Amino acid sequence: MTGLDAFYGDFQALYGLDLHLDAGEVLAIIGANGAGKTTLLRSIAGLIRNRPEAIRFRGSPVGALRADQVAGLGIALVPEGRQLFPSLSVEENLIIGGRVGRKGPWSLDAVYRLFPILKERRNQASTSLSGGQQQMVAIGRALMANPDLILFDEISLGLAPIIIRDIYAALPGIVGDGMSAILVEQDISKALSVSSRVYCLQEGRVSLEGASDALLREAISRAYFGIA
Amino acid sequence: MSVTYDVTRSSQAARIAAGLGAVILLLLIAAPWWAGRAELRLIGEICLFLSLASLWNLMAGYAGLVSVGQQAYVGFGGYMLFALTIFGGLHPLAAIALAGVLGALVSVPVAALIFRLRGAYFAIGTWVMAEVFRLSFAQVSALGGGSGTSLPTDIVRSLAEGRAAREALAYWLALAASVLVVASVYLFLRSRRGLALTAIRDNELAAASLGIDIWRTKFVVYVVTSALTAMVGALIFLQKLRISPDAAFSVNDWTAFVIFIVVIGGIGTIEGPIIGTLLFFALRETLADLGTTYLLVLGSVAIVVMLKAPKGVWGLIRSRFDLELFPLGFRVRRTDQKGA
Amino acid sequence: MDWLNAIVQGTLLGGLYALFAAGLSLIFGVMRLVNIAHGDLIVLAAYLGLSTSIALGMHPLLVLVAVVPAMAGMGYVLQRGVLNRTLGDDILPPLLVTFGLSVIVQNALLEIYTADPRKMDAGGLETASVDLGGLTLGVLPVLTFAVAVGVIAGLQWVFYRTALGRAFRAVSDNQDIAQIMGLNKAHVFGLAMALSLAVVAVAGIFLGIRTSFDPSIGGGRLIFGFEAVIIGGLGNLWGTLAGGVILGVAQTVGAAIDPGWQLLAGHLVFLLILAIRPNGLFPRMDG
Ligand SMILES: Nc1ncnc2c1ncn2[C@@H]1O[C@H](COP(=O)(O)OP(=O)(O)O)[C@@H](O)[C@H]1O
Ligand SMILES: [Mg+2]
Repeated sequence: MTGLDAFYGDFQALYGLDLHLDAGEVLAIIGANGAGKTTLLRSIAGLIRNRPEAIRFRGSPVGALRADQVAGLGIALVPEGRQLFPSLSVEENLIIGGRVGRKGPWSLDAVYRLFPILKERRNQASTSLSGGQQQMVAIGRALMANPDLILFDEISLGLAPIIIRDIYAALPGIVGDGMSAILVEQDISKALSVSSRVYCLQEGRVSLEGASDALLREAISRAYFGIA
Repeated sequence: MSVTYDVTRSSQAARIAAGLGAVILLLLIAAPWWAGRAELRLIGEICLFLSLASLWNLMAGYAGLVSVGQQAYVGFGGYMLFALTIFGGLHPLAAIALAGVLGALVSVPVAALIFRLRGAYFAIGTWVMAEVFRLSFAQVSALGGGSGTSLPTDIVRSLAEGRAAREALAYWLALAASVLVVASVYLFLRSRRGLALTAIRDNELAAASLGIDIWRTKFVVYVVTSALTAMVGALIFLQKLRISPDAAFSVNDWTAFVIFIVVIGGIGTIEGPIIGTLLFFALRETLADLGTTYLLVLGSVAIVVMLKAPKGVWGLIRSRFDLELFPLGFRVRRTDQKGA
Repeated sequence: MDWLNAIVQGTLLGGLYALFAAGLSLIFGVMRLVNIAHGDLIVLAAYLGLSTSIALGMHPLLVLVAVVPAMAGMGYVLQRGVLNRTLGDDILPPLLVTFGLSVIVQNALLEIYTADPRKMDAGGLETASVDLGGLTLGVLPVLTFAVAVGVIAGLQWVFYRTALGRAFRAVSDNQDIAQIMGLNKAHVFGLAMALSLAVVAVAGIFLGIRTSFDPSIGGGRLIFGFEAVIIGGLGNLWGTLAGGVILGVAQTVGAAIDPGWQLLAGHLVFLLILAIRPNGLFPRMDG
């Protein structure tokens, strides 16, 4: 991605962002509230339109495509706050995730194997689940698309620590076989533990970039909070 | 060199417009002396449509109350003129004023009911109300039932001696109504309540958090608009001298045309209805012979305007020249001064 | 017996009103669009049926096979070509554009067919009736009611049992996220309008067989449909059927009291329900 700007009306949320991701890599994006992390993921997913060249995916420009076209190319988003469809049952939420019809390892059965509790609740309204279970549905829904790149937006937000641990325990199994991932988190240590590289965003700009295990905490907190 | 900022409401253009407006108004007041009968009638009709359009614009363009049932109050006002003069023995002028008061009174329970409907459903709700009015007045046999009635000649005569004087009076009333309506809309929008209204339109959530009582403000707009619309309705049928349920509560005449005027002129601006009315009548006078084709053109133009230039003709002019003839907002002007 | 008769006839009439209402309810549910031209499109469908049945010498019920797809196609094109551009946070554009459309349809029909009332000729079907112990049921009204029940059941099935219905509900819940799932909302909206106008086609044909019609009656049909939707409760299709029946019964009972009261009685019942149950009698239970 090169020179990515993003706007909400007149308000510019991202300023000439440059970042890249190799196939199969897990990237972490950290940054304070309002830094522009969600905006970045929404831009990649096609919900915020851009110049065609601003985002390239497997070599082709995708910045100006609609979100449904981006989805068809194999990019899936687990949105911030889960955002399940309240009128759809658990299973319907998963099925609709598979609508793009890409081939791959993920199917209803595979998702139910990963999160067995969802199979028990398959016919319930998605609103009746606990926060953690809803997050499982949101992840499962994205996986059903068999994406090449999956975007996670603050999957630990508002969840109890045990649940967060369970979900992170499941992550390697998810992104294991060649799928790339971008993981947005405010919880720095969680993000660093599963990623190979990390970008830090601050007020719409990249303030730090590096390999996850090489970055010093001090440098991160400086980039994170903007303290000189 | 220092920079100072002037905060002012008025502008060069607004002052010129005010001067020009005064001249035009004087000319219009003198119209009975220079215009022929047919022209006088036409200008009177233009004035009445301008009033209806300004009122509809106040509701839809500022208060977010999109009504397709304003014919309810046009017809109600018309019928009140007939009823109050025929049965109440009132002078027509008193009847017109009272029609306004009664219009406000009936609009209260109506609003209490239809304000329960949101957005577009509100619009259809207003239409249902207009139908209820139409069907109810069609039941009143003393007013001619479904076929309507004419204003008795002695009542017409009581207005003024001679036909020319009567027509001049009806014209002046129409002119006065349009000036009254446009001026009240303007002053209202400049008032505290009016500014609150604009705030609501621009952001309902933010306005609510500022402690603006949205429901009440919209309610007041609805009632005031209904009262003025009823008075305009009375004037319309004072010109026509004949009333029937279908003519009085016609959705085409009193709402469709009015909506087209506002949309084409520019919704949510004071200038829009004025421009729209002039355009509408220009179009009507040139295409009237085409009958239904004229309406087809009008409908298509309105759709195209709504899609391509949602702020209408006035919006186009304003964005090009930064004009505002009825200054509502304050403008900040930068003046560079030499020295301290 | 008169009263019972009025209630039964009103119930059957309610089937027609439910047909008017179902398409309106559907597009509101999917995209929060209220189509002011809905009634005029019903009348347009009636005229299409009339012309087709005269041109091909077919029974009016048979022309459904032509008019339904024609209206559906028109709905899709209309939605993608015009109405999709009006959808957003502001309610004015869709309202005013469909209002303009209403005027266009009405006057185009006036231009082509003149203002003379017309009617479709369904032969013996119009007068056929069955006698049920003093109660006479017209076959046509019964058929209309049965079709209304069938249409509502069909819509219900589409909405809750098919992939299309899932897409409708997903887009209705959250347009952005639905888009991320690979649903092109412009297309989904087009399909919703196509389905709505398919129902409109059925409504128009049954209207045109049952009574005479002219280009000006669209507004009235919109209002009946709207009243049925609000009485029944937004977003509830079976509620819409119930709303149609209540409206139909109110009208026939009103007419039995005094012929001039038919329409007024319907409107008054609607206003009464709006006053005491602003969300309708059967508001939607789920999310
Ligand atoms: N829909 C929106 N409209 C206007 N501004 C927005 C909108 N969403 C986010 N913003 C602004 O964009 C900036 C970045 O927001 P976001 O991407 O949500 O940050 P993060 O996810 O890092 O917390 C913030 O200043 C936020 O206020
Ligand atoms: Mg965020």
